[in-house]
Formats: sequence, C-alpha cells, structure tokens
Amino acid sequence: MPGLILLVLLAFPLLASAQLRIEIVDGVEGAMPIAVVPFAWDSDLPEPATGVAEIISANLARSGLFEPMAEAQMIEQPVRPPEVRFGTWRLLRVDHLVIGRVVDSPDGIGQEIEYHLLDVHSGRILLSQALSVSPGDLRFGAHRVSDAVYESLIGVPGAFATRMAYVVVSDIGGDDELFELVVADADGFNPQTVVRNTQPILSPAWSPDGRRLAYVSFATGRSNVIVQDLFTGQTEIVSSSRGINGAPAFSPDGQRLAVSLSQGGSPDVWLIDLSNGRRQQLTHHWSINTEPAWSPDGERIYFTSDRAGRPQVHVMDADGGNLQRVTFDGRYNAGVSIGLEERFLAVVHSEGDNDFRIAIFDRENERMRVLSDGRLDESPSFAPNGSMLLYAARENGRGVLAAVSADGRIRQRLVASEGDVREPAWSPMIR
Amino acid sequence: MKTALRFAALVLLAALLAACARDVREEPPAPEPPPPPPPPVEVERLDARDFSDPRNLDNPDSLLSQRTIYFEFDRSNVRAQFRPIIDAHATYIQANPSARVILEGHTDERGSREYNLGLGERRGNSVQELLVAAGVSARQIEVVSFGEERPVCRESNEDCWQRNRRTEIVYTAR
Repeated sequence: MPGLILLVLLAFPLLASAQLRIEIVDGVEGAMPIAVVPFAWDSDLPEPATGVAEIISANLARSGLFEPMAEAQMIEQPVRPPEVRFGTWRLLRVDHLVIGRVVDSPDGIGQEIEYHLLDVHSGRILLSQALSVSPGDLRFGAHRVSDAVYESLIGVPGAFATRMAYVVVSDIGGDDELFELVVADADGFNPQTVVRNTQPILSPAWSPDGRRLAYVSFATGRSNVIVQDLFTGQTEIVSSSRGINGAPAFSPDGQRLAVSLSQGGSPDVWLIDLSNGRRQQLTHHWSINTEPAWSPDGERIYFTSDRAGRPQVHVMDADGGNLQRVTFDGRYNAGVSIGLEERFLAVVHSEGDNDFRIAIFDRENERMRVLSDGRLDESPSFAPNGSMLLYAARENGRGVLAAVSADGRIRQRLVASEGDVREPAWSPMIR
Repeated sequence: MKTALRFAALVLLAALLAACARDVREEPPAPEPPPPPPPPVEVERLDARDFSDPRNLDNPDSLLSQRTIYFEFDRSNVRAQFRPIIDAHATYIQANPSARVILEGHTDERGSREYNLGLGERRGNSVQELLVAAGVSARQIEVVSFGEERPVCRESNEDCWQRNRRTEIVYTAR
C-alpha cells in the first residue's frame, strides 16, 4: 500500500463514555397499544438487571408509533402461545402481544431468544422465531426482536439493531478541549470511545458493513482522513495531503472513499481506492466542493458546492460526469444525507443567514420541507430504514443530538449528562 | 449590524493607536517595586514601525503584534482596515528568511462543518495571496483551515461570531 501509513494499536482500548439518554418530545396520536410481557429466563447464566422485554418496550415506545403497556398492568404473564388468554388482553385494550423466553443455546455457546408476536383481536400468531445471540450480546438480540416486531406491524424494517457514532467535546481546563469519537447502540446504551484527542475530530462516516469508521482528525495539527477498524482498532491515515482532507464517505461496496481535498488549491471531491490508495479527482472547480454522499446503488455522488454563489446540493455520476444542481430552494442547502430510494434528501437548510434547520427535499415533487426548529441545526443523518433522522442542535449553549421522523411527527432529544455532543452518524443495518 | 460597525470601528481605532502609540509608551507601571532596568539605549532604538525587527512581534505598540484578520459572514475578502497588519507581516517575513507562518482560517459556527472548512481555507488563502503579492515567498507560508472547530468565543450571537470569523497569523519560526 504505497503512501498509506499503518498504525496498529495493540489491545485496542475501548473506553466507556458518558451515555446519552433518549427522551421523546413528540409522539403520534393513536400510537399502537402493545404489551411486551417479561420474558421467562430459562438459562443457566445470570439474569441481567434489564430484561429483554424491557429493552423491546423501550425501543417501541421510542419510535413514537407504539404505546407499550407498563409491566405492573400485566395481570397475566404468558410465556408460550397456548398460555395466552386473548380475552384478558382485549379487556386491557391491547392490540398486540409479544411473549417469549431466553434459553441456553442447544450448541452450548450463547443463548437463544424465543419470541412470539400475537394479534390480540384475531388470536393469530404473526411471528414465531428463535434468535441465537452470542455471549454478551443479549441487548443486541433484543434490538433484533424489536426490528422484527416493528417490521411485522409497520411494514418497513426497524432500525433498532443499529449504532450511532458521534463526537463529544468537553472542557478540560484553560482553553483546552477534549474531542472524543464515540460509538453507541441506537438506544444510547453501551457508549464506547473510539478515539480521543485535544485536537478537533469531525465527520464520522460508517463503512457499509458497520465494521469501520472514517473520520477527520486534526491530531497532527492539520486535517487528515482516518479509517479505523472498530474491532481491531487498526488505524490508517488515508489522506494527509496539503490543505483540507475532509468529508469522507464510503462507497456502498466499501471499496472506495469519497473525500474532499484542497490539494489543488480549493476543495474538490475525490475518490480514493482503499485497496491501493489510487486517487481520482471528480470535480474541477475553484469553488468549495465537499460533503460527498453516495446514492444507494453507488452510481451517483451528491455533494455541496457553492459554484453558483451559495452552497447548494449538486449531483454527478460517480466518475464526475453529468454534473447537475439539485437544490434551488433557499440560500443554503448543505450536508446532504440520502434517504431510502434516493427520493428524500436531508439537508442543512437556511433561508437567510441566521436560522439553519434540517429539511428534507423530496426529489419527486421538488418540495423542501423544514423539519427542525432550531437556529443552528446541522449534520443530518438518516436511519438506514429511512424512518428517522439524527441531527445536531444547540440547546442552552450546549451541543445536543436530536432525532425527528421523516414525516416530522415524532421527535426525540438525546441528552448527555455533560459535554457538547455533535456530528451524529447513524450506522447501516448491523448484520 | 450596529455592533458589527462598532466592532469594525474599534479594530480600526486599535490599528491607528498602535501605529502612533510610540509617543505615549513611557508610562511607568505604578505598583511594580523596582522597575527592571532594561538597556535604555536599546529601548530608544526599538522603532515599532520597523517591521523587520523580531522584537516587534511581541511589542504591543507594533502592528506586528497584531496577528488576527477578521471577516464578514460567508465572505473571505480582506477588508481595507486590515491591510496594514498584513503589509507589516509581509515586510517581516521577507526580511527574515527563516520565518515560517501558518495562516489558520476560522469561521463562525453557522452552517455545516465541512463547508466551513472550505470557507476557513478561503480566508487563509486571501491573506496568503496578499502576503505573496507583497513579495513573500509562498514557501514560508502554509494555510491550515480549522473551519468552525476552534472558536475563540463560544456564545451563539453576532458579537461572538465576528470574533470567530478570522485568519490567525501563527509564527512557527521567527
């Protein structure tokens, strides 16, 4: 690998970080009543303090589309479908029921979550599955069950078994700050610091397999694009050219990284082949060309350019050809994140110079819909199922994360106990 | 807008004061017991307008001690009142071939971080172009943009924002 420096950290130390607490700001009217009955624990391993059912309930509640019943109201706690007396649950005005148990895996490694989703009104079993989970992976198993329940009842895949990356900045005395790149489960649990530095870290981007993160680090005093393996901790400086090295985005096949480099005098979008370091310049313009984002099929790249005077979203083929302007609505549209099927583009949108909000541009009817109401909102990142957007906002002088559903009806705040939280990036589906 | 004007006026005033401050410099600091006796002849000879003299980099009366150029929102052109500062540094860097500077470009917090990296670089480049036009070798200059990542002021208002929209001239070698 010519030109690539390889730094291997032995025994990659993932440090626990402060956890984000997710609060629901707005839900939908008529959220679906559901009961997730505590799962039986038929395992030799010690039972965790937070049960599988509790995690599933919290996930469904957080989505804003469900209204899970409190455990105290469950006058019966069936484990298997034959034990369910539907009349009881109809009286309790519940539409659906999730029951199950945790057992040791038949092969002796890890556990299995057996679960059933039942329609209380028809008495039918909608889902009946056994999901094997690796040792220590029970929380993630509960997220997968949540995904299956969500998909069965809502019709689109859930995005609970995903993670998020974000940057936490804390004051460490004097004028010094500590920048930490953190990865946590989508429900805020299990936060781990991937890298920390007193110089800025920004723009985390996930590889399509969820194994690696690309980001921009100023650790050397200048911007570098880094790719880090989350499992081994192996770190590679992918770009450290003169000028800006920024805005990394993995191609959908994971083979290439789109970046913004200013080695030619002004920022242009380039491709870097991760197997051999070979580079290809895609834009050639004196303006700022940055924030590349791939179409899901890898055929096109969306990006921000102010070649027309102010920053606007443009699109080009992945070889740089066929360049077109996409957004015309408002003075400022930047930081694009691509939703499902490339129809919906989330952007940082401004009509003037003082209010920067998250908007979704619908390419089909060419409409821009403002979804957030802050003054300094930025960094929109779609969930892999396109249902929600994570973004960064400022609240009482602090950086916070927020989430909003693509239709604007459901809102969440992700609150950290301390520090400035910014630069969220929602992971792809983790298999 | 009013505060912006006031700020610009202050900056201008500061530049003017610095340029003619040599005459009012001799005030003795009251509480310090024995004033350190520096070689008096040398103090007489330090001319704040001698922009080739390294001592003026630390002389608050010299334009050379001013290292920050401020910009308007989303703009990267250097306003006229900052030209004397840049010219002073151009003289210094030319006169001192071992001098090296990093021009750190910064923006306020508004808008996207990566776009602001580009904008910060433009602000660094604007200062670089003026230095080079004045005869400085490009090999003595490097532009590094920090975008909005290194604010000097952290509140979300125009007063803070205009202090953050800046290029800092940082000497890595004098």
